[in-house]
Amino acid sequence: MADDQQNILEIYGLSKNYGTSSGESLRAVAGIDLSVFGGEVFGLLGPNGAGKTTTIGMLTTKIKISGGKAAISGFDVAKESMAVKKTIAVVPQSINLDRSLSARENLIFHAKYFGINTQKACENADRLLKVMGLENRAGDYPSQFSGGMARRLLIARALMHDPKIIFLDEATTGLDPQTKRMIWDIVSELNDKGLTIFLTTHNMEEADRLCDRIAIMDSGKILALDTPANLKKIVQGGNIIEIQTDSDCEQLKNWLDDELDGVHNIECSPSTLRLFLDRPDENMIKIIEIARAHGVGLESIELHGVTLEDVFIHLTGKGLRE
Amino acid sequence: MNRKTFQALLVRDIRVLLRNYPDFILRIGVNPIFLAFIFGFVLPKTGGIPESFANIIFPGILGLSIISAGVQGTAIPLAWDFGATREIDDRLMAPINTIWVLVEKIIFGTFQSLAAGIIVFPVAYFLMRDNLNIELTSIPLFIVVILLSSFISASLGMVMGTIFEPMRFAIMFATIIIPMIFLGATYYPWAMLSNIPWLKWAILVNPLLYINEAYRAILTPFVPHMNILFSLLGLVVSLLILLYVAKIGFEKRAFN
Repeated sequence: MADDQQNILEIYGLSKNYGTSSGESLRAVAGIDLSVFGGEVFGLLGPNGAGKTTTIGMLTTKIKISGGKAAISGFDVAKESMAVKKTIAVVPQSINLDRSLSARENLIFHAKYFGINTQKACENADRLLKVMGLENRAGDYPSQFSGGMARRLLIARALMHDPKIIFLDEATTGLDPQTKRMIWDIVSELNDKGLTIFLTTHNMEEADRLCDRIAIMDSGKILALDTPANLKKIVQGGNIIEIQTDSDCEQLKNWLDDELDGVHNIECSPSTLRLFLDRPDENMIKIIEIARAHGVGLESIELHGVTLEDVFIHLTGKGLRE
Repeated sequence: MNRKTFQALLVRDIRVLLRNYPDFILRIGVNPIFLAFIFGFVLPKTGGIPESFANIIFPGILGLSIISAGVQGTAIPLAWDFGATREIDDRLMAPINTIWVLVEKIIFGTFQSLAAGIIVFPVAYFLMRDNLNIELTSIPLFIVVILLSSFISASLGMVMGTIFEPMRFAIMFATIIIPMIFLGATYYPWAMLSNIPWLKWAILVNPLLYINEAYRAILTPFVPHMNILFSLLGLVVSLLILLYVAKIGFEKRAFN
């Protein structure tokens, strides 16, 4: 993350209502507040239907705002949309490349829509095609591209007019793991160069790996907003020890509850114990000693940290559906 | 208005069109040229219809080719642009008021309709020359009418492109364009409908009627035709209504 801590994006009470076929109003975004620092990677994490894409749509002038206010680089999104459009770039969830134009032409025309002269547009296009590893496919049409290549071309297109903030909407959904990682690397490199990134995802690994700060969203509301590390602290006992045993689980649970310190919660399923606790290293050794002392056989014992999925479950009582 | 952006939008459409120019020629040319060949050459030659029929149908062929070029050249690409992949979004995100994206589409459609008229006129004239008597009453008026009719065609295309999804285009042609052509005084002069007054009045809602009747008044004035002032009024009113509906439809599709 860059040092620049000034807010590039500020949202106050932003909301969106849609009319439904039954005549009722559907509140897709229910009055959210947040700020994005210049130079950070900010993530909106939530399941499908949480309101993430609607939020991005409003911030990028594509969807009319029902209530509240949003400003990007000081420009009001609703009232100064021209200035906002020059400041931002969007990589949408669907591949909306111009299928009538080649890959290179897609980039050049995008630049020309932003008033960039032909020579600079061509230079930028060639440079970005190279950066994205598409230089040998410059003359091909989007219909000839794989999903990953099309996604890289979309990112290249977004960079053509030198935006200050780039919005990535579910940029890796539906991609294979290798291509997903390639997109993550590109995003990290862009951020290292100072570009502010606002992304939406329902992939907790992506959010954890890329984002400096994350807003967890569900049913149109922001449930929590912080760094990934701080979000994980919401779940008491920042560590989880998972034990597989061949003995009576309930019996072992009682012994561990009596003899361990710093345990916040123990969940017991037929042969698996999940302990939410502090001081994991020290407790790990104690667990082995307690089990041995009571003659309980352990099949496996595993320590892992709290994931964003755990945080989401803690906040909403449900999982992040893929 | 951002002039450079507008220019780039227009250049993009021209580039795509020129890349597929044989398709464009075939799209605008085949139907009217066959009409000219059959109604202006084959049938009069075989005695199937009177030779003077060429004078009735020539303005209709011109009107038909202009309206077809406008609707096909504007509605179909626009419907794809607004289709599932929303290709138009990149252009809507350009730093220009969305209304100018609509204006560009209409101007581009107008060019296409104009080109259709310019290509079809001499070819149809050549095919029908033995039976056709063109008596051009006013060149400036002819230019005004060909511009207005091209403009109307493109606006109609915009309306259709914002209303219909690509997969429903067959329905659009069947329920709107085909009736419009048959009930647009294409194959007969409007005055001939005096024996069916309800139909004569009902088709006044059809913009193609004013296009065809205006061409009749200017190119074959000896064939009964609507007063040119009424035709011009009909053209202007049709244009204003279509532009208004196109604007509403476009904005509805552009913003979710």
